[in-house]
Parts: sequence; C-alpha cells; structure tokens
Amino acid sequence: MKLNALGSRLPRLTFWRGLLFALWILGAYVAVIRFTKGLGAVTNLRDDFPWGLWIGFDVLCGVALAAGGFTVAALVYIFDAGKKYHAIVRPTILTAFLGYLLVIVALLFDLGRPWNIWHPIIMWNPHSVMFEVGWCVMLYTAVLALEFSPVVFEKFRWRWPLRVMRSLTIVLVVAGVLLSTLHQSSLGSLYLIVPQKMHPLWYSPLLPLLFFISAVGVGLAMTIFESFLSHRAFRKELELDVLTGLARGVILVEVIYLTVRFLDMAGRGTLSFAFHPTREAGLFWAEIFLMSVVPIVIYSVPKFVVHRTWLFWGAVSTVVGLVMNRLNVSITSLEGWGGAYFPKWQEIVVTAALVATGFAVFEWVARNFPIFPREETAEEAALAGEKPAYA
Amino acid sequence: MSKGILVDISLCIGCESCMEACRTANGLKPTSQRRLSPDNYVIVENLEGDVYYRHACMHCEHATCVSACPVAALEKTELGPVIWHAEKCMGCRYCLQACPFQIPTYEWHNPVPSVRKCTMCYDRIVAGGQPACTEACPTGAILFGEREDLIAEAQRRLREEPGKYVQHIYGVREVGGTSLLYISHVPFEKIPFLARNLSVQEPLPELTWRVLSKIPNLVGFGGVFLFGVYWIINRRIKLERMAKENQLEAKEDFIEELPPEQLDSEE
Repeated sequence: MKLNALGSRLPRLTFWRGLLFALWILGAYVAVIRFTKGLGAVTNLRDDFPWGLWIGFDVLCGVALAAGGFTVAALVYIFDAGKKYHAIVRPTILTAFLGYLLVIVALLFDLGRPWNIWHPIIMWNPHSVMFEVGWCVMLYTAVLALEFSPVVFEKFRWRWPLRVMRSLTIVLVVAGVLLSTLHQSSLGSLYLIVPQKMHPLWYSPLLPLLFFISAVGVGLAMTIFESFLSHRAFRKELELDVLTGLARGVILVEVIYLTVRFLDMAGRGTLSFAFHPTREAGLFWAEIFLMSVVPIVIYSVPKFVVHRTWLFWGAVSTVVGLVMNRLNVSITSLEGWGGAYFPKWQEIVVTAALVATGFAVFEWVARNFPIFPREETAEEAALAGEKPAYA
Repeated sequence: MSKGILVDISLCIGCESCMEACRTANGLKPTSQRRLSPDNYVIVENLEGDVYYRHACMHCEHATCVSACPVAALEKTELGPVIWHAEKCMGCRYCLQACPFQIPTYEWHNPVPSVRKCTMCYDRIVAGGQPACTEACPTGAILFGEREDLIAEAQRRLREEPGKYVQHIYGVREVGGTSLLYISHVPFEKIPFLARNLSVQEPLPELTWRVLSKIPNLVGFGGVFLFGVYWIINRRIKLERMAKENQLEAKEDFIEELPPEQLDSEE
C-alpha cells in the first residue's frame, strides 16, 4: 500500500528532489564563497544595513513559523483542549524542532564569527536582548529535542527512556511555553533600541507583545497549513474538526492582534502614516490584510471554516502576512535610515536551500518515524498499547 | 574619572591632520574612501563652505552598542572609551544595528571579520597620553581632557561669545550623555549624524531594559499560572473519571453504601 503510493508519485518526487539537490549544490557553492571571502561577497549587507534576508526571513520568520510547537503543546497538555488535538501534536513538534534547527544553521551562515556561537553560554550580558534570545533559542531547541525524543524511543522500542520522558511531559511543555513566550516577544524587543531608525508604522514600544501575539496566530495557521501538506504528501486523512478548531483560534488571536496594534497606533498618533500614499503604507495594509483581516473574514463564515479549501487558504494568507510583517519590521522599516536593501541571489539561494531542506527532512522523518497516529496506529497499538509489550 | 573630547566646530579648518594621525597611530591602510570604514576611524566632513566637523564614535556614557552586545564584546571602560574585544565577538552585528550614530563598521570582505571604530586611542590613554587626533590638531578644535572639565570649558566659550555659538553643548544629555562633546556656530540640526539624536534624551538601553527587567516576574507568574491551570484541569478530569469508575463498581457489585456525590466530595 505504501509502496504503491510511493510508486505512483515518483515523477513528482523526482522533480522536487532535483530542485532540492540543485539548491544544495548552489547553497554549498555560496557557503564556500561566504566562508572564504566574507559576508560581503555573497550578501548586500553593509554598515548601515547590517541585517538582511537571513535575519529577516530565516531567523525572524523561522522562529515565528515554528510557534505551532508551543501553541499546540499548551493547548493539548495544559489547557486540555480535547483528545482530538492529540493527533496533531507530533507533526507540530517536529515542524517546530526542524524550524529551530534551521534557524541555527541560518545563524551559522549569518554570524560573522560563527565558531563563537556558543559564547553567550559563558560570556554574559543580561542587558542585551540578543543575549536573552540566544539563551531562549538554545534552551527551547533542547526542550523541543526532548519533546520529540519519545518518537525516536518508540521507533527503537526503548522503553524506560520513553517512560521517563512521559513523566516529564508537563514540565517540558511548561518550560517550552515560557521560553517561547520570552524569545518570540524578544525578537520584537530587539528593535526597541532603534526608535529613531524605524518607520513609525512599525516602531512601537509594544513590539514584543505584537510579535508574541502574531506568533501564536501564525503557529495555529502553520499547523493547519502543515496538516494539508502532510495530507497531500502522505495521503494522511485530514482531521477537519481539529483544523476548524484551530481556525477559530486564529480568529480570536488575530482579533486581539488587530485591536492591540490599532489602539497602540491610535494612542501614539502614528495611524495617519497609514493613509499617506507611500510604499510603506501599501506594505503595511498588505500585511494587516493578509495576516489578520483575510483569515478573520474567511474563518468567520460558518460554511468556510469547515471547508477544506477555505481552511487552507486562510492559513496560507496568515502565513504570508506574517512573513510580510517580519520583513517589514526588519527591512522595509529601516530602509528610510539605511537606504534600500534587496538580497543578492546568493542570500536567496541559501534561504531557499534551508526551506527545502526543512521539507525534505520532515518528509524523511514522517516516513520513518511514528509521527502520524493514523498510519502507525495498528503497529503502534500492538507495540505501545500494552506496556509489557515493550520488554 | 571619565575622559572625553570637546569638538569646537567653529575652530575646525578641515586640514585633516587628525585623520592622518589616526591612520598612523592605528596602523590603518590608506584609502580614498570618504566615509567611516574599517580603515577610517574618523572623518572630517565638510558641511558647507568652510564649515567642517568631526565624524567618529561618540563613546556614549550609556553606550547602546555595549548594552546590545550579547557576549559583552563591547565595553565602556572607566576611562571613557568604548572598546571592542575581538576574542569575545560572535559577529551578530547587533552593535551596528543598534548604534544611534551609525558608527561601528564591519569587515564585510574578511572571513574573520572585525568590528572597527574609533577607540579614543584607549592604549595611549591608559599609558597616560592622549588620542593621536587631539594631539595632532593644530587649532584646538578637538580637545582631550576630563569630561567634566571639558563641559566647563564649553560653557565658558558659550558664555564668552554668545553671539557666535549655538547655546547648546551636544553630548551632555543626548542619548543619555556622550564622552564626545560638540559646540558649534551652525545649528546642530544641520549636522546629519548628530541631528537624528537631538531629541533623544533618554539612554537608549533603557528601552530594552524596561522589557528585559520584567522577565523574572514573567517567568515566575507564568510558571505558576501554567502549572496551576494544568493542575486544576487535570484534577477535575481525574475526579470525573473516579466518579465514573465508582459508579460502575457500585453497579457491578450491587453495593450502594454511598451515593456518588458523597464519593466526590470525599475525594
């Protein structure tokens, strides 16, 4: 059955694999240039524009798009949202884990002296937002590795580590939620220190709060999006009622986001900038509509929120809008100060190669480890259902 | 005591002696570039006509770059200079991003890149000397000394020639104070790298510290809240399950010693 599915898909897979290998070869070439000739040889970064695509997309978006990990874990294990959500926990944790690993790889490209990436462990500066982000990302990646470890233990039938991890579940989930709350918001705090450099449409003392809320929203949206991809790739059945639940969560979160964002702007008198005929205003409204308004509208229609196509496009809109938001904060809003920035093709290649790697590794793990309850239930039930079966 | 440099824009004749002295003292490569770069720690900028001004690190009292650096590679020394420690830096470039004066420069074409900027000739100051630039200046447009003394000197000049100077000492309050102090006969609004921070009186690190200092509380309350919610919900589920089991048992064994409500409350 599995083999058949693979066989009938071979041409499509070949295309994607070809693309992946092409990106890897290009990425390796860029890596060689970057590590022998310096960042300037492969990026458009400069003194007055020191952070580009690799920070704006790979790190800021990468971390936000991985927010499903802590959001869903909190829903399931702390708020006990219901049994039906258990099915999406593992693929979501996997997505988050891979997301963070890719963020770290991206940092190895972006840092000027990547061999010193471990320095925050022993060289402290608690006054630095970057120091806090570094610690949280490090600890949370460790938490995600532990949260994911039962999948590996199950696969290899290591019984006692599995039992240890199960007993630690709630501690790990709480730690993960706290660490995520801290660094999701801190990625916004990074920009608090440059009030005079940023465009008023994006600078706000509430950046940390806005980053956190939008991360929760996109975490839910990414979980919907990822369910559809798994559905297509592995013919996994869609848990529509689960996705509908998540979509309703998206409405709630995005309504809160819009309220906070616009009240804040109105309160500080920056709302008028949104009505000037500028490129920034256009990008601002695009971001607001795609990330928040479109999903709220789609998911508020009772017929749409239970319909697979609409569920999918609502999630896509949220994800695209969030990416726009993070790029607007990290690039658009600073172009007035530092001049225009557009990434070199080498920067884009590395980013694309990392994203493609993420998809490829997810696919490989999903095919080889018990990620989805459906496919593995029979096998797994025999294995794990009765505890003594392990010994 | 904290050292500083007083820049009197009205005295600068644009001879660039300071740039030459800096190049020699710091072993910088000759370059035709007319902007701050890894080989230009200081630039004499021509504003208009015969008005020139010094463009280099301001050595802030509450340095934004120092607060931003995750590994404390940047240090505000007690003597005043802000210096960079190569062996600590991991190259995140948050200092370049954060600097309100856009001073630090990066070796973009070096595989082992350094952050480069004016050090106020820290080594020379430690040895009891003064920066190469102030030593070389033929007109006294840049003056090295104790920051407090320099402020007094600046005040004296403003007082003695009120018609000549703009009545403001730049760097006493801007971004919380800087070791470099400027007085000028042209409005500060005209000098681009200074103008952008004219209205910023608060040390910029405060903006991030305000948030960072809330973290311990957030973790404390957050942890208690999350465990609390988990405990309450979990307990309710357990109680429900127990009540059901008790009911079942009761039915199976035909024993009805206690009604389920009482079992509940006992639990």
